[in-house]
Amino acid sequence: MEHTRKQYTISVYTENNIGLLNRISAIFQRRHINIESMNISVSEIEAVSRFTILVNMTEVNVRKIIGQIEKQIEVIKAFYHTDEETIYLESCMFKIKSELLFEERQIQNIIKESDARIVTVNRDFFVLEKSGRRHEIEMLHRELSAFGIMQFVRSGRIAVTKDEMKITEMLAAFNN
Amino acid sequence: MDVKAKTKTNYLNQESEHITGCEALVRSLIAEGVDIIYGYPGGAIMPVYDELFKYQDQIHHVLTRHEQGATHSAQGFARISGRVGVAMATSGPGATNLITGIADAQIDSTPMVCITGQVPSHLLGSDAFQETDIVGISTPVTKWNHQITRAEEIPEVIAKAFYIAKSGRPGPVLIDITKDAQFETFDFTYKKCEGVRSYKPVPKVDTSILKSAAQAINDAKNPMIVWGQGVILGEAEQEFKAFVEKSGIPAAWTIMGVSAIPTSHPLNVGMVGMHGNYAPNKLTNECDVLLAIGMRFDDRVTGKLSDYATQAKVIHFEIDPAEIDKNVIADIPVLGDVKDTLSEILPMIKEKSYSDWHQQFKDLLKIEFEKVIKNDLHPTKDGLTMGEVLKEINLQSRGEAAIVSDVGQHQMIACRYAEFNKSRGNITSGGLGTMGFALPAAIGAKMATPEREVVAVIGDGGYQMTIQELGTIFQTKAAVKIVVLNNDFLGMVRQWQQLFFDKRYASTEMSNPDFVAIAKGYHIEAKRVSKREELATAIQEMMTSKEAYFLEVCVEKEDNVFPMIPSGASVSEIRLE
Repeated sequence: MEHTRKQYTISVYTENNIGLLNRISAIFQRRHINIESMNISVSEIEAVSRFTILVNMTEVNVRKIIGQIEKQIEVIKAFYHTDEETIYLESCMFKIKSELLFEERQIQNIIKESDARIVTVNRDFFVLEKSGRRHEIEMLHRELSAFGIMQFVRSGRIAVTKDEMKITEMLAAFNN
Repeated sequence: MDVKAKTKTNYLNQESEHITGCEALVRSLIAEGVDIIYGYPGGAIMPVYDELFKYQDQIHHVLTRHEQGATHSAQGFARISGRVGVAMATSGPGATNLITGIADAQIDSTPMVCITGQVPSHLLGSDAFQETDIVGISTPVTKWNHQITRAEEIPEVIAKAFYIAKSGRPGPVLIDITKDAQFETFDFTYKKCEGVRSYKPVPKVDTSILKSAAQAINDAKNPMIVWGQGVILGEAEQEFKAFVEKSGIPAAWTIMGVSAIPTSHPLNVGMVGMHGNYAPNKLTNECDVLLAIGMRFDDRVTGKLSDYATQAKVIHFEIDPAEIDKNVIADIPVLGDVKDTLSEILPMIKEKSYSDWHQQFKDLLKIEFEKVIKNDLHPTKDGLTMGEVLKEINLQSRGEAAIVSDVGQHQMIACRYAEFNKSRGNITSGGLGTMGFALPAAIGAKMATPEREVVAVIGDGGYQMTIQELGTIFQTKAAVKIVVLNNDFLGMVRQWQQLFFDKRYASTEMSNPDFVAIAKGYHIEAKRVSKREELATAIQEMMTSKEAYFLEVCVEKEDNVFPMIPSGASVSEIRLE
């Protein structure tokens, strides 16, 4: 069980530091592991950054990786979770020719049914935004592809865990 | 030449003074107790060198002949003394030349701080002359690194660098300082670093784990200890000795761990790993409890992992949580500084002896003696063996000398046969296997402990990788004793070619220069021997010399190092021939 490959979301709480991204990604690179997606943002704690890294690997190896990530001086704490243990989503944007919005009735239906949101419309193009699971975004992409997409971009996964991450108390302990 | 600083100004916790970044750097180093720096000047670090010139009564700079030599000297200094070694270089090629030594220090957990100059901050990223992204390049091989672009950062970052390099599991730190930050002035004060909130150097000891470890040790029938450098790094030699003696457990060592207890200790059962002793390798797969103390189950120690000690309950004493279950699953992981965990577990341990079990080690040693050791140490053939050279060094140094070895056959022979009475006696490149390590490392070791005899044992291949450091020896008069065991081959690679590549000796035979003439060219006393009857006198002459001395010993060209666990084989498959 521990040796089967699975999707894991790794959450790393860190100090905000130049070069840390390099240090963390190098740990994956040394073991020849592909990072499926990565997102870096602020976290719930002031001045603490949060890396959200999506990987496909065995639990045995993800544990070793966590140990090696936590070993980095500016890393406060790292966690790993399965899909079932997290609430997660990705965001994406489509840039599409505006004329299609009026000429192709079908597009308006797709937008409505997919829960996508129009961010902006001008004479030349409109921008559509959608947040959700990967398969929902992929489906929307497939449907819109038929009409022509000028630009497409999808974000890395962001996730919160169902259970509490015991990071705040940890930091409080550090500060004392 | 006395390289120790004569005077020392206290820069700790003083009132602030308005000075340049480069002066602040030198004062910071003095405040950290640094008295020797190994380095090489150049454009981007010149302001610092100008300050070093002014402060030369307080801090001594040793000009090595290559930046790699500077790192290995700093490593030798750190390994023998436990203090942080310091290396310095300019930007670009100066900085990249440090990388091998930094990687070596990282894998062998050596406390070292490297300081590099960098192009002015307005030129960063512009492919300026001698610009290289040394922070990016050194990231995977440093415990921590940082680029300073403002002078005011210098004291805090240097304090942090020394704290990180030395604390917990030690390692190398690189600090890159732009030239404008060196020139900039600011109000300097210096405080030691007392902690970093995201960094916990030593994990807390879990008493309940200690209890279950003690239980397993007390219940064991055939337990075995494998100890590593952690015992030395944790300065836990006394605690370890007390633990071994009370528990009565046979104790084997990795090449990084040897000398933590005297070689002659009755419970010492020898070296584990690829060229280790027969008994501890074989019996690793027969013990019921394996106590791994301050070691990390390197693949050269374990052989084929899936056949390594699978029958044993593994108790792993370790300071670095990332090492737990990395290679071998620990049934009982005892996290913490071994100095603490060993002293806390000692009262819980029953006094025991395992005479039948010890007998098994002795029986296997007898087999190894007949098949290997006898021929190495008491050869009957004409050619000299590396083993008999080590035996003679042991005899004449009485186990007091530090042996600094390079990488290859001579290294394995040195580690197998050198006898140590004192800790920190074996200085070698264990994890990285860096040829060229020994000569500069011996310089650092000698300077850190001038009262101790330091003998560098080097092969003819590795010697030529950093041979230019003879210049450093000549200039500083460091009384290093150098023994080159010359077989005109890259011996270890040749051995593999003989055993596994049908004797196709691709690029391993060497046409060597006149090493004695080269040493003499550097005004170092030198001698060559190739006959058994000359050996003892030559070593005596070397050992009694007050100055540096070079001895070339021409040894048998095609000797092999045994025992040997072939790459990828199990420790049980160790070969004696």
